[in-house]
Amino acid sequence: MKPVTVTAALAALALSLLSACGEKPQTIGGARQDAAPYSGVGSSFSDPQWKQRDRVGWESHLRARAQQGQNDYNRMN
Amino acid sequence: MARMKFICDAERCIECNGCVTACKNEHEVPWGVNRRRVVTLNDGVPGEKSISVACMHCSDAPCMAVCPVNCFYRTDEGVVLHDKDVCIGCGYCSYACPFGAPQFPSQGTFGVRGKMDKCTFCAGGPEANGSQAEFEKYGRNRLAEGKLPVCAEMCSTKALIAGDGDVVADIFRNRVLKRNKGAEVWGWGTAYGSKQAGQPGVTAPEGAKS
Repeated sequence: MKPVTVTAALAALALSLLSACGEKPQTIGGARQDAAPYSGVGSSFSDPQWKQRDRVGWESHLRARAQQGQNDYNRMN
Repeated sequence: MARMKFICDAERCIECNGCVTACKNEHEVPWGVNRRRVVTLNDGVPGEKSISVACMHCSDAPCMAVCPVNCFYRTDEGVVLHDKDVCIGCGYCSYACPFGAPQFPSQGTFGVRGKMDKCTFCAGGPEANGSQAEFEKYGRNRLAEGKLPVCAEMCSTKALIAGDGDVVADIFRNRVLKRNKGAEVWGWGTAYGSKQAGQPGVTAPEGAKS
């Protein structure tokens, strides 16, 4: 075997051994992205009066629900 | 839509703890963790007031500021949520929170402090909406079902109001005008800032407390 080949093989071996000493990234990416609530849950638990994935409809539906369910002056008068 | 907010009307709260029970039941919150609780001010003294307290989803949330792993995020609706896969349970948020909202379940043989748990405004977490994983980690995602937080919807006296900030403020303002007293909104100024809290003559009636 030629000395050049042996040297190259040794160098490659040394490099592969040294790679274990490398530092792995330890950063945390932070919180993941969340899906918008108006995209719905895709199940029958959803309020039937609202069409899922309709943003404007979701907003107006929640406003109406708050007024109907929580504003008792609306219900009394 | 404005941002989501809670208001607790101390004139109406009767300390029934219905909100606490509803929350625990809806989200199957583990033993020892209370996402919501009722606090009585001047207990036993004539004129005592009770308020229902949980995470207020602050405008400038101190928990977000102190979290060393950046596990908190705010949705477009202003709801402050967190990612339990990132949380390391250090507890900094519990020291920072003025409402004592962050809760830590005891886990394992030696009761090691687990990942932080808190009110999600019934908006789940970063897992897929309505998924089993989301339910197990964060509870039901009622907002994605077109519903409002269960604590407010279950409140028998409608003391606790939740929803779009403009709508809930309007409901509360109407009440104060009708009864001509009880304009104090405990925690409102701390959570949403003094301008939104209503400096006298701006958005809330005079005498609003923070």
